[in-house]
Amino acid sequence: MAERVSVRHDLERIPLTSPSSTSGLLEVFRRRYLLRLLVRREIQARYAGSTFGLAWSYINPAIRFATFYVVFGLILGRGLNQENFAIHLFAGMVIVHFFTETVTSGTRSLISNRAVVQKMAVPREMFPVASMLVSLYHTIPQLVILTIVCLATGWSPDAEGFAAAFLGFLIILVLGTALGLLFAAANVLFRDFGRIVQTFMNMVPFTTPMMYPFVLVADLGVQFGEIWPRLYMLNPVAEAVLLIQRGFWVTTVSNKEEELGQAFPDDLWSRGFIMFGACLVLLVVGQLVFSRLEKTVPERL
Amino acid sequence: MVTSIVVDNVSKQFRLQYHRTIKQMAMAKVRSQQISDKFWALDGVSFEVEQGESIGLMGLNGSGKSTLLKLVSGVMQPDQGTVLTRGRISGLIATGAGFHQQLTGRENIYMNAAILGMTEDETNEKFDDIAAFADVGRFMDTPVGNYSSGMFARLGFSVAVHVDCDIFIADEVLAVGDRPFKKKCLARMQEIRESGITLFYVSHAAGSVKKMCDRVIVLEQGRVGYDGDVEEGIKYLHYDGSDDEPDAEEDLDEELASDI
Repeated sequence: MAERVSVRHDLERIPLTSPSSTSGLLEVFRRRYLLRLLVRREIQARYAGSTFGLAWSYINPAIRFATFYVVFGLILGRGLNQENFAIHLFAGMVIVHFFTETVTSGTRSLISNRAVVQKMAVPREMFPVASMLVSLYHTIPQLVILTIVCLATGWSPDAEGFAAAFLGFLIILVLGTALGLLFAAANVLFRDFGRIVQTFMNMVPFTTPMMYPFVLVADLGVQFGEIWPRLYMLNPVAEAVLLIQRGFWVTTVSNKEEELGQAFPDDLWSRGFIMFGACLVLLVVGQLVFSRLEKTVPERL
Repeated sequence: MVTSIVVDNVSKQFRLQYHRTIKQMAMAKVRSQQISDKFWALDGVSFEVEQGESIGLMGLNGSGKSTLLKLVSGVMQPDQGTVLTRGRISGLIATGAGFHQQLTGRENIYMNAAILGMTEDETNEKFDDIAAFADVGRFMDTPVGNYSSGMFARLGFSVAVHVDCDIFIADEVLAVGDRPFKKKCLARMQEIRESGITLFYVSHAAGSVKKMCDRVIVLEQGRVGYDGDVEEGIKYLHYDGSDDEPDAEEDLDEELASDI
């Protein structure tokens, strides 16, 4: 007969612990393997049964860009008075999509994984984090399309631009995870929350300078008072959109120096770092709230 | 001996919500009806389990068995008291958890095993055993959405009984699967028991509890009504057929149990 379990696992040295204790987000990193499988499952399941499979991840954004190009580049082109406006819009769209996808799927994540949440003691932070990673994965094809169109229009990228785009992604990554955590727990306790979040997510694209040039934001101040552009710029998503435009759009225009002066705030970088710090604080807050709320999650699901 | 599970004065309260929408709640307030109510699913439950013991957890429907299992497995946290466990917990509690209809049997095995706490190497090593036990043949690489319900359940069971755990919780053992598979499951449970794993077995079937367990805990409306010897426990519950006709399922269970 096999050796007894208590000897094999040297159980006398393992302490008695509470079976439900976890260390939050840190636990998620400790169970990377499960996280990887969860992310892979979502990615595989999305295109399961479709013949084109992953190609859809390229087709959809490509067609979206083509539409932007026709509408904003050819039809409205002159009226907007902004060079390569389709790229201006598409670059912002990539990061705004990443944000809204992360938050909406994160909000639903506990409920859609209720079969696991109700049965096994896994760290529940796992599910919003997995939602964020799945959304991040789906931005890759969009970045590929963005790079192709930039190259096609004549791209002269610079290192500062790449760093800016990277910071933009970092801000959204942290912010999306923080809001995903908060909203996922809130959505279990109060089911209408998901719908409220959805409503606000529909507004997000309009609160960032991508469908209109940044100069219009400065005009807000002239028209309605100095406070408005300041409030506008408190939105981390708007900051992230500006950062990714710094990386992609502005490096394709012919009057780059001029646009650098008028299409971005002077303090783009310092704002970016402060926003990033604020998002990290929000993540800590999100974790604390999640830990408090998750105790009642399994019975309320 | 090593203590495996400590349940100390544990209580768990649930809330009954009578109304769903704000409108209904407002109406109830106006009519001064109760909007919600609380009840204790578990009330001051205490016991200790030594490593290697096998406990039969019995009780009528709604007596708190599932809630107790969820507290021991760590899914829920008690409102009062403490639950402590030693080592890795697995069992027939999360069979098929994380299964995705569109993914293949193979992919789902890896997923479910990871949820139960197995590492990648461990799953690779045991994969052949798991596949052989599930016995779904060439369906292994097709989406589980196409499986028959029995095959689906077998796949979940096989993963659960192959986890290298210290505490094994079994809730839904004889609920699904055909006769040969049930037999195989019970035989495997005996193996688990003999290897010194703490077994926590929930069942209404007196026959299999007799075969499987060396101690019975009976829950009555959230309290421990009886804790001790198996025969006595079954008598305590009147599950020994003393006051009514033994039903057909019981017979089948007796038969199965004696097959092992």
